[in-house]
Amino acid sequence: MRKVKNKKLSYARYGYYFSIPFAVAFLLFTLYPIIYTVVIGFTDLKGLGMTNFHFLADDPFRNFKTVLTNPSFKQALSNTVVMWLLNFIPQILLALLLTAWFTDKRSKIAGQGFFKVIFYMPNIITAATIAILFNALFGYPMGPVNDILVSLHIVDKPVNLLINKSIARGIVIFIQTWMWYGYTMITLISGVLGISPEIFEAAEVDGANRTQTFWYVTLPNIKTILLFTLVTSLIGGLNMFDIPKLFLLGGPDNATLTTNVFIYNQAFSGSYLYNRAAAASMVMLVIIAILSGILFMILSDKDEAALRRQIRQQEKSFKRRQKEIELIEKAQAAEAEKAVNVVTEQSDAQINEEDAVEEVGTDAEK
Amino acid sequence: MLKNKENRNLRVLIYVVCVILAIISIAPFYIMFINSTRSTTEIQQHAIAFLPSGYMLNNLKILLGKSFNPAVGFGNSFIISIGSTALAVYFSSLTAYALVAYDWKLRQPFFSFIMCVMMIPAQVTTIGFYQMVYKIGMTNHLSMLILPAVASPTMVFFMRQYLQPTLSMEIVQSARIDGAKEFMIFNRIVLPIMKPAIATQAIFSFVSSWNNLFTPLVLLTDQKKYTMPIMVSLLRGDIYKTEYGCVYLGLAMTVLPLVVVYLILSKYIIAGVALGGVKG
Repeated sequence: MRKVKNKKLSYARYGYYFSIPFAVAFLLFTLYPIIYTVVIGFTDLKGLGMTNFHFLADDPFRNFKTVLTNPSFKQALSNTVVMWLLNFIPQILLALLLTAWFTDKRSKIAGQGFFKVIFYMPNIITAATIAILFNALFGYPMGPVNDILVSLHIVDKPVNLLINKSIARGIVIFIQTWMWYGYTMITLISGVLGISPEIFEAAEVDGANRTQTFWYVTLPNIKTILLFTLVTSLIGGLNMFDIPKLFLLGGPDNATLTTNVFIYNQAFSGSYLYNRAAAASMVMLVIIAILSGILFMILSDKDEAALRRQIRQQEKSFKRRQKEIELIEKAQAAEAEKAVNVVTEQSDAQINEEDAVEEVGTDAEK
Repeated sequence: MLKNKENRNLRVLIYVVCVILAIISIAPFYIMFINSTRSTTEIQQHAIAFLPSGYMLNNLKILLGKSFNPAVGFGNSFIISIGSTALAVYFSSLTAYALVAYDWKLRQPFFSFIMCVMMIPAQVTTIGFYQMVYKIGMTNHLSMLILPAVASPTMVFFMRQYLQPTLSMEIVQSARIDGAKEFMIFNRIVLPIMKPAIATQAIFSFVSSWNNLFTPLVLLTDQKKYTMPIMVSLLRGDIYKTEYGCVYLGLAMTVLPLVVVYLILSKYIIAGVALGGVKG
């Protein structure tokens, strides 16, 4: 018994060994930079190539206050949130629809492989390239889009679409959706294919139609993957950089400025305000942490938590029952003892009485 | 009968939507490839054409005469992407195995920790990272873009989700009985089991590393160390402002290899993703 336990322990230490590379790399390349960024947020570190800094003695939170009251930052934050939301909603709906279509065994869509390959393609193309490509496509006076609009007589002469704030933002949203729905679709499809086929067969046998199967069988089974998609997309969205940075450099008039472009511009251009960029980074980190925390609370492992609670309750009730049983046993034992005493005292009388009762009983039956 | 008709209508709808989406996916690249063969004057007259023209070499001469150097960009991007993908895949699998196979005290806290730090995007740590790298004088070293991949929390999470239901401890036990060391078991038995997940994750990791603009843009100042996305961003500069054909050609040069490799591997990419899903 003891030997077995020792052996188990000796394997357990490999869990630590195998996690060491991850832990070391994490400490060096993520944790230390985060702490460093936090520290810089409280200092006067600015200027190209500067590494020396002094803490702000008069007002430690000056950088944070400056960032939070900065109109560009506020604009950037609202742009980021709006652009993420408006790209995520159509993206996930489109991906879900295509997933439902492609995984439905009853309609058997031919050419699925081809469509998947094409839909996913924009995602593997460098975002920087796509940003500049779209900038060229919407070029003024003579870009392909203007060419189409003029040929179709939608407009009389070329218009400079990119100076319109809403259009500029709309194009960024379109690019994001266009780049990512294929990825989301493939992730979701792989999730659906991971569901055991027996469940679908059972649903079919039970007479569920397509819509019912999708809502009651497919969706609940890909909850984890949906959560994964949501969280990764949220983080990706709040860190949007390549497209807005290279498409219109955050313009026109800050319409496509995202927080990440703001941070980059603060730290690596103009007067190299590392401290202010660090403060802005931390604000973003806090926002992301809060949002993902909420998301996980809502969606993450609700079943697992419920299961754990159930097990705990079962354990409790088991213990309670054992206690009860113990008590009952004690009580019974006590009673039995008493009874034995009583019985020995009154045994003779009782036997006589019982005989009498029996006689009465037989009489009554007659 | 009615059901069949409904079925057919749905199928038609599905195909129409899919074809439209496919056209939207391809059109921008098609326009780009065609325009890369046309002269600036041609593009100014009509920005859309269906057939290529003959000015590609001319465009190429102008393009390469300036700061855009695709060979250097490709070389650097290749080194970074291969290096970081290999590290990320191997060490994430190892960490995932530690989380699934061994019953150690800190296992659950460690996993919760990974779930938490998964949320931390690389970008918000960039200022501190840049300052740290600058201090030790490594700003133009590609290794600073490769080594951080050893700790990829998202991939660890994904690998663990895959390994949890797939790994049967009986195989591990029987290997132990045969005298295999734990590290050997991981390399010889567990890694092959994880192949489908590794393929999927490797593709995603490679693509995201190849396309990453932010961190390289911050760290790399030497033109010889520029990665592909930074090279591409040069096309937006003033020097190419009036050279439309040139810009399209430069963009096309960065897209073409990606598309070719993608189309060759696409079967494996899609199949790999699907396989990863079936098991997980």
